[in-house]
Amino acid sequence: MTNDEIRQFIDNAISENDVMLFMKGTPHQPACGFSARTAACLNALGVRYAALDILPDPRIREELSGLSGWPTIPQLFVNGELVGGADIVMEMYESGELADTLGVEQPEDEPEPEPAQPAQRPIGLENRLDG
Amino acid sequence: MPKAEELKDRIETALPGAEVSVEDLTGGGDHFRAEVVSDRFEGLSRIEQHRLVYDVFGNEVGGPIHALSIKTSTPVRSA
Repeated sequence: MTNDEIRQFIDNAISENDVMLFMKGTPHQPACGFSARTAACLNALGVRYAALDILPDPRIREELSGLSGWPTIPQLFVNGELVGGADIVMEMYESGELADTLGVEQPEDEPEPEPAQPAQRPIGLENRLDG
Repeated sequence: MPKAEELKDRIETALPGAEVSVEDLTGGGDHFRAEVVSDRFEGLSRIEQHRLVYDVFGNEVGGPIHALSIKTSTPVRSA
């Protein structure tokens, strides 16, 4: 796959999915605490969203950041617009803005979003290098 | 290896007058949390506010600075 094809794929993913999350790992098996917390906010609001694991190819992250101008992962897009990374999504979840942005009701009992535990990598060394 | 103090200085240089605190979350010099209070953020969206801080470090974020968690706000004016 060429870099152009990767960029095109990312571009399509953002435009075709109303709620698109780029993350490390998957919503069920997040590979990073920031990604886990961001997915947990979406799960707590019960919205349907598409998620793409950026880890399989380093070029996915390069092209994504080139396109969005945002350096870190995760990145949440709603209706084609970058909403933010983990910090912004958490803040917006807590204030109720995220529910507004997504057009859903904030749960009345406001459950703390419970992130799935980041999966342990099979090789410990990689964890150390990659954080 | 970047140090919290260095990150704080660089943010303060880029955003004069800002109140900045930076914490090294792991002690390993690669995961940081920055809290920045600046009137430069007035009228900007959160994305734009965070971008101003990320822009200070360019490609280093995601590189030597593995993670930079940011909280931005504008100064609270007393009546």
